[in-house]
Amino acid sequence: MTVDATAPSAAGADVARLVGRLRQELRVDQVRDGASEVDLYRRDASNMSGEASVVCFAESTEDVRRIVAVANEFGVPFVARGSGTGLAGGAVPPRGAIVISTAKMNRVIAVDEVNRTAWVEPGVLNLDLSNQTAHLGVHFAPDPSSQQTCSIGGNVANNSGGPHCLADGVTSAHVHAIEVVLPDGSVTILGGEDPEPGGYDLRGAFVGSEGMFGVATKVCVKLMQNPPDVATMLLDFSDVADGAQLVSDIIADGIVPAAVEMMDQLCLRAVEAYIHAGLPVDQAAALLIEVVGLPSAVASQVDRIRELALERRVGTIRVAADDAERALLWKGRKSAFGAIAHIQPNYYLHDTVVPRHRLPDVLAQVYEIAARHELLVLNVFHAGDGNLHPLLVFDAREPGVLDRVHAAGDEIVRVSVAAGGVLSGEHGIGLEKRDLMPLMFSPVDLAAQADLRRAFDPHLLSNPDKVLPSPAGCGDVHSVPEGAWV
Amino acid sequence: MSLDEAVAAFALEVGADGPVAIAGTGSRGGPTPGIRTVRAPAGIDWIQPAEMTIRCGAGTTMGEVASALAEHGQCVAIPAPGSVGGALAVGHSGIRRLGWGPTRDTVLQLRYVSSAGDVVKVGGPTVKNVSGFDLCRLLVGSRGTLGFIAEAILRTRPLPAHEQWFCSRRDPWELLRALYRPTSLLWDGRTTFALLEGHADDIAVQAAATDLTPVDGPPELPPHRWSLPPAELGSLRADSSDSFVAEIGVGIVHHSEPSPARTHDVARTELHERIKSELDPRGRLNPGVDVLAPG
Repeated sequence: MTVDATAPSAAGADVARLVGRLRQELRVDQVRDGASEVDLYRRDASNMSGEASVVCFAESTEDVRRIVAVANEFGVPFVARGSGTGLAGGAVPPRGAIVISTAKMNRVIAVDEVNRTAWVEPGVLNLDLSNQTAHLGVHFAPDPSSQQTCSIGGNVANNSGGPHCLADGVTSAHVHAIEVVLPDGSVTILGGEDPEPGGYDLRGAFVGSEGMFGVATKVCVKLMQNPPDVATMLLDFSDVADGAQLVSDIIADGIVPAAVEMMDQLCLRAVEAYIHAGLPVDQAAALLIEVVGLPSAVASQVDRIRELALERRVGTIRVAADDAERALLWKGRKSAFGAIAHIQPNYYLHDTVVPRHRLPDVLAQVYEIAARHELLVLNVFHAGDGNLHPLLVFDAREPGVLDRVHAAGDEIVRVSVAAGGVLSGEHGIGLEKRDLMPLMFSPVDLAAQADLRRAFDPHLLSNPDKVLPSPAGCGDVHSVPEGAWV
Repeated sequence: MSLDEAVAAFALEVGADGPVAIAGTGSRGGPTPGIRTVRAPAGIDWIQPAEMTIRCGAGTTMGEVASALAEHGQCVAIPAPGSVGGALAVGHSGIRRLGWGPTRDTVLQLRYVSSAGDVVKVGGPTVKNVSGFDLCRLLVGSRGTLGFIAEAILRTRPLPAHEQWFCSRRDPWELLRALYRPTSLLWDGRTTFALLEGHADDIAVQAAATDLTPVDGPPELPPHRWSLPPAELGSLRADSSDSFVAEIGVGIVHHSEPSPARTHDVARTELHERIKSELDPRGRLNPGVDVLAPG
């Protein structure tokens, strides 16, 4: 059925033995098996759920090592879990897995303020890391919309991005080294504090492996200098295509802004009703552009972006006058998902990437697909790197609506890939897009990925059933993974 | 012949049997002697300036890539000599790593010829992509032991509007703290060399604020390459007979003496062996190359 079909699972009386064994290795209060508590860990922020047998709260590398050793002893799968904010089902426990929560491993261990690096535990929250190092004039660059609650360990597992990854790159570019407990229970360091530690780039292979290559227990991250000058611009357009085209114009002109975000009209209206920032609610779309750096470079880039925008029939150009206005504009962008509750009670957030020059055309197709399925769609996304986030909003109580949401989502993924794009820019594959992998990869390509996975995890115990599709379900989005509900 | 056809022909040449080594331009050392050698296809397939991407055969020289991209005001953050495939297989970064990042981060998508003679695609063509496991990073620096890189889609970057090398007698770590994102900071134990890029006015202001003196270029680099944690660079001493140029904030040291041997723990060594045996079970690709040995 799946490549992991031979991996065993925990069931029945075995669970009691497993819990007893784990309690020999950890304190009793670190091992939780109460039905209602375990139930809380059946899902992440996606709409899929699985089955956990027990939840362990690790407090150290040694705790993780012991848990993984017990998992091997019992032949039971395990899944590491940070904050559970993943959107692709990556932390959904497969087959009665042991859930290893890293939430209590939340210390910033050491900061080298001269060379701008830090060793942190995986449970440190993304925004906490930047806040705790702010007095040194640095920050951790990846800034997912969930940055108040998502963890560094989760960022490593998903190779997370965020608005400010356009210029500085996603998580992989900000991780020097990772201490890991490999799936066989051995502990090692992948990568290094030094730049060329020799051998294969195991660090690079581990980042983005969605928990299938082991558990990160310490991470050495790169911290970026805060820019001396920042300009945040809001530009609006009566035609979405003009705004989308401006994104390519800016990049082709040799300017790589720190961030280029787009919000369409429905999104602008929802956000404005929520935060009252004076957003251009009568326009078709707005671009939020941030350029950072030294003052002369920032000023000349702002001027050049103005010129390019006028050629694309920009409506108004608003430049944040101070930090308060900048914060308000960013609040508008980052609170978009909360604002959507004013429109409909439920949403399904998609994540695909297309070449920047295809944005106008693919956006038009997204609107057409949603209209045909009688769904509302909002677009709020990282336009700078072509990373679309169409948000289908709906009321789940409406009979049959979920089928339409899934059919529309499937089409959006397909048109993105057909336009020369990819399945996911940030959220990962997890369970959600596992069976769509053949849209991008041939059987030979997928076999190479499976080979790498087997090298890290010969017994297939670390978060099985994710990322790699079952050969039987090739390309069929409707083959919902076993144990999942959608 | 199109690049796709050339890649298919290259795969046939690599075949599925017998030991085989890949050769580039020899700028980083040649292939293992006594073994059949193959060469990856050369040629630029396309440049998309608005995407900041380029697709080319791995046999394309870095010189050709640099001059073709320069016409669009762009470049790629891979050091100059040799071929694209050779630079990626070795994986070393250039002296602008502090500002431009490591070679591995330039790679968006690779197609390589596997041990079985198949063409395998890893990564994706867009500047952002988390679809599947990151074999791109794994192949960079793998020295042809896991697969022969046939073609690459690389991320480009804008050429800086202005750039200037400077020197200073000031402590290099003081400059690392004072300058905003210098592109390179080199230190030979006595003098610090800084490369600043960007708007000419910003460069002038930064140079004046930190007392930098313009120079024509970086110092000559000694032949050997060490990799140290950046925090340990202060232990290097200029008073010995050795000479060095250290990349401050990065940790690469260009040294007159060969790098000391490094050790790898058992778990990491075994993981290397498992990866090699999964991806090249018969050990036919670049036999004799030990990626854990310094090189």
